[in-house]
Amino acid sequence: MLAWTIYLSFAGALLETLLPKGKPGLARALALLVAVAGLVVAVAGYAAGFSQGRITVTDVPWIPSMGIRYILAADGISRVLVLLTGLASVAGVLFSWNIDKRTNQFFAFYLALIGGVFGVFLSYDLFLLFVFYEIAIVPKYFIIAIWGSTRREYGAMKLALYSFVGSAMVLIGLLASYATAGAHSTGLVDLAHAGLSTSFQMWCFPLVFIGFGILAGLWPFHTWAPTGHVAAPTAASMLLAGVVMKLGAYGCLRVAMGLYPHGLDPWGFSLLGLGSWRDVFAVLAIIGIIYGALVALAQTDFKFVIGYSSVSHMGFVLLGLMTLNQIGMTGAVLQMFSHGVIAGLLFAIVGRIVYERTHTRQFADLEKMHLSRRLPFAAWAFVIAGVASMGLPGFSGFVAELQVLVGSWRAAPGWTVAAGIGIVIGVAYTWRALQKAFFNDKLPTAEDHPKTGWHDMAAITWPEATGVTLLVAATLAVGVYPRLLLDQIEPAVKTFLAGGVQ
Amino acid sequence: MIQETALIFTPQTAASAITGNLWLIPALPIVASGIIALLKQKRRVPAAALAIGSLGISLLIAIAAFAHVLAGWMANHAVRETFNFSWIQVGTSSVDLGWVLDPLSAVMLVMVCFVGLLIFIYSVGYMAHDENFTRFFCFLSLFAGGMLGVVIANSILLLFMSWEIVGLTSYLLIGFWYHKPSAAAAAKKAFVTTRVGDIFFLLGIVWLFSSTGTLLFYSHGAGSLESLALSNLLTQHAGLGLSAATAIGLLIFAGAAGKSGQVPLHVWLPDAMEGPTPVSALIHAATMVAAGVYLIARVYPLMSAGSLAGGTTVALTVVTWVGAATAVFAALIAVAQNDIKRILAYSTVSQLGYMMAGLGLGGVAVGFFHLITHAFFKALLFMGAGSVIHGVHEEQDIRHMGGLNAKMKTTFVTYGIGMLALCGFPLVFSGFWSKDGILEAAHNGAIKGPFYMLAFGALLTAFYMTRQVSYVFFGNKRAHHEAHESPKVMTMPLAILAFFAIALSAIGTPAWPWFKSFLNNEAAPFEFAGFAEPGLASLMLLSSCIVLVGIGLGWMIYGNKQQDAHAKDALEKALGPIWTLLANRFYVDELYGVTVIALYKGLAILTDFFDRCVWGGIVALVAWVFGLCAKINRFLDETFINGGFDKGCEQLSTGGGILSNVESGRAQTYLRYLAVGMIVLVAILLWSARP
Repeated sequence: MLAWTIYLSFAGALLETLLPKGKPGLARALALLVAVAGLVVAVAGYAAGFSQGRITVTDVPWIPSMGIRYILAADGISRVLVLLTGLASVAGVLFSWNIDKRTNQFFAFYLALIGGVFGVFLSYDLFLLFVFYEIAIVPKYFIIAIWGSTRREYGAMKLALYSFVGSAMVLIGLLASYATAGAHSTGLVDLAHAGLSTSFQMWCFPLVFIGFGILAGLWPFHTWAPTGHVAAPTAASMLLAGVVMKLGAYGCLRVAMGLYPHGLDPWGFSLLGLGSWRDVFAVLAIIGIIYGALVALAQTDFKFVIGYSSVSHMGFVLLGLMTLNQIGMTGAVLQMFSHGVIAGLLFAIVGRIVYERTHTRQFADLEKMHLSRRLPFAAWAFVIAGVASMGLPGFSGFVAELQVLVGSWRAAPGWTVAAGIGIVIGVAYTWRALQKAFFNDKLPTAEDHPKTGWHDMAAITWPEATGVTLLVAATLAVGVYPRLLLDQIEPAVKTFLAGGVQ
Repeated sequence: MIQETALIFTPQTAASAITGNLWLIPALPIVASGIIALLKQKRRVPAAALAIGSLGISLLIAIAAFAHVLAGWMANHAVRETFNFSWIQVGTSSVDLGWVLDPLSAVMLVMVCFVGLLIFIYSVGYMAHDENFTRFFCFLSLFAGGMLGVVIANSILLLFMSWEIVGLTSYLLIGFWYHKPSAAAAAKKAFVTTRVGDIFFLLGIVWLFSSTGTLLFYSHGAGSLESLALSNLLTQHAGLGLSAATAIGLLIFAGAAGKSGQVPLHVWLPDAMEGPTPVSALIHAATMVAAGVYLIARVYPLMSAGSLAGGTTVALTVVTWVGAATAVFAALIAVAQNDIKRILAYSTVSQLGYMMAGLGLGGVAVGFFHLITHAFFKALLFMGAGSVIHGVHEEQDIRHMGGLNAKMKTTFVTYGIGMLALCGFPLVFSGFWSKDGILEAAHNGAIKGPFYMLAFGALLTAFYMTRQVSYVFFGNKRAHHEAHESPKVMTMPLAILAFFAIALSAIGTPAWPWFKSFLNNEAAPFEFAGFAEPGLASLMLLSSCIVLVGIGLGWMIYGNKQQDAHAKDALEKALGPIWTLLANRFYVDELYGVTVIALYKGLAILTDFFDRCVWGGIVALVAWVFGLCAKINRFLDETFINGGFDKGCEQLSTGGGILSNVESGRAQTYLRYLAVGMIVLVAILLWSARP
């Protein structure tokens, strides 16, 4: 059933290209319909997956001469991420409602991107996964280059180049593994059981991990993220931060850690206190957490703050993966979901609700606009999103970060302490942005009375209100009742850990 | 000390019906707040009714719970009923939540509900003219829910979650008048500062969870505060010669210090006075700031783990010294402030120091009794100050008041009672007995340092409160407007609180230390012999003298003087630079500004530069190198290869014109063709892969 998420999205993309030009309303309605249908399938597939392990959806030969098969399957981790993709795609369509330049093309690219992402999360064949991964990169480039803003061509090209470098590294790993394993198969399960030698895994693991990690915002390969996020139109920033960065993290987990578990073994010597690739990547993740938060603190552009905050939050995902224990990795997967929803919400508020009305994202300009009074909806939505982002209890981020912290404490208490510093800075930059953008107004004088002195800003539209409600509801639901997702993530992580990663 | 009776209290841990339903106490205000959030701005009456009604019902349940504990205590049961459940299950570790009903939580529940309810009622009058009246009650209700959650929590995680709700609503309420930039800044400062403490707290939780495998305080022997887990923690080493129990205790104390405004994390509390006055009374006097003290009282078994009989532990010693230092430090600053609310704010910081020191020196009952009495008289003082501010038309500078005793009789009398209770005026005021308990514990301590500090603090307290009252209520009238008394809805709560500021004396005297016995699960005999304790009478005499000297000095310098609002303060002339130092609050804010905040700003700018120039530079360099290669190639192509070729191909160039559209040199066009090609390729592959 879950395979329909892919087919629906691609069919939707195709239909969009066939739509007559100059009918933006039709294009929007179609996109929303397809996205909602995708979400419904994702939810149904998710609901059907409770108390089940991996479900194989399709398994047919594709390129028999090379032993490549078309395998779609989903375990708890995949199902959670498919659910996230469904949510993000609906929200993204809602926040793209105002796009009237080449609307049908926009949504065609948009749905193709979504289809690719669904495909990555469901592929159980390495080659197939790679193909979907590449499919997801291309539309991203066009969406940014055509519909983007600030230095869009630069941002788009930077993103595309980074992505292709990452892909190239993954491809080398893929081909090397295929050749070395000699199992005449690129199926993930076959490769994992191929008994790749430890020395091979030792060099292949970092190659593939960094290859995917680039897209997950792994420091110091993160610089595509802020510029890309800022250049992208709102829906694309939402998808970039919301699901595309998760593609990278998912690749790190499923491919790099799943196929080359011995790559995480100790080297047998230690360099600067680092004794294995695990230590290296954990330290990079922690640097990413603190570094991203610090850079966010110095930004003058509202969207850059959110862009760098994504780097910081994704650091928690990578740190959680490197704990190699049940609770930390469960937290990492939950953080993927949580960050996907929360980052989407933040980008929606900054890029769509605020920017489309103020036409600036500079704090220096926003400070003078009395936005808390003129756009109270945006202000309060940002308060909620900011609170969720800094990991306050009741929101999904808290449960996720708590689990990552507990997991990393068990691995090495020092990691937890360092990550804790990142959380404090996270509070500082969120409140700084909030105050500068919304609450920095001076006392209005009699002449300059707020209610008469300002031209009216466009009222909040229904797609905006619906989108915000959807995302807030998602993060709250998971925050209050995390078992909603944990019941599926937890057994999947357990199986994953039992499968060799230790 | 009194001879303890040999009565043994039997544990009572089975959850009764009242414990099972204890969650209703925080849930009701939270639900009310949710409903109020959905109300329109104009629906003032339903909003206030919902908030007050829900908290009123919570109070009734709290009283029922208290009665239940009391009944158990009278039957010689040590009541500690818990109700636990699993929130999430990850692998073998279960993250549990739950609540507990014991004397500590029962007393605190009744106090928070009762004081909260009075403040809610008072707010109806105080906020009557505010356009965001509805939102105010929404936040207030949410705050009350969070605070009550902290009180009932039996799981350190549930406590932390409620703790964060409290922090968030405190942020929202301090910044309630966010159109004042100072209010918005104060709100941010409060949140960030307390959050610094919270991170230590969170680390403590993670450590505790990792070491004991449970987040519950009490769970029939398996909780983290029960002897099995504690003895386990004592044997683990955390480096620097500390046991894990001590290290965790200190981390938790850092969280408590942030919330309770202990030095060096006290800076946010005085600024928080930018919020509406009922908020100051509710959050920054009676409840939230007391949450830190409550937390230490709750984890007291952990803090005191490993102490031999009558001895102390590293964790408790730290608590004591930080508390004593805070008490003196804040009292000194309070002497030189001129804002009526800021004086009270520093006095709150100072009194919280007393509570912490009391916990560190004398155990739960000593510190906690001061918490309860302080909640009543400090809420009274803040609400009295609100009434004064209201009466003199939003003036907060005490130099611009004066002579209000005639205009605002009820406020004056009740404020006077609150002031005397805070000073610890002998015998009839509750503050005397609770502060005396702390002084007595300090006097019995092995090291006398804290005792002298606390005694000096008591002198200062009496002095600065007399100064404030003299400025506000006595002397000549210096206000710009005609003062008026506040409405009944505001003065009635004052009268009720004033009653309790006196009446609470009855349960904490050495003759009948009911409060202490109740918390410690001991019998409470009534015997006048309690006063005959060796040294006690002289100590009481000493502390009475200290208070009288403080009040006397204050009255001598400030009492009933005719003066100009712009004249220099009498002490300012005498003290000179010391006064400037105090008036500027020891420059702690400035110190943080040039150290911690500057460091973070510098780091932020540095990393930003690093990101733009170094990483961005590397990317640009790579792009440039490739561009250079491309240009060299083009040059080679055009000059050498094409040079000869072109001549012969001129005719072909017409046809080439069509192709040049394709070779537009725009990367996006290239990529588009690439994509189309790829899609076609994939389509072919898919087609060929049909089963």
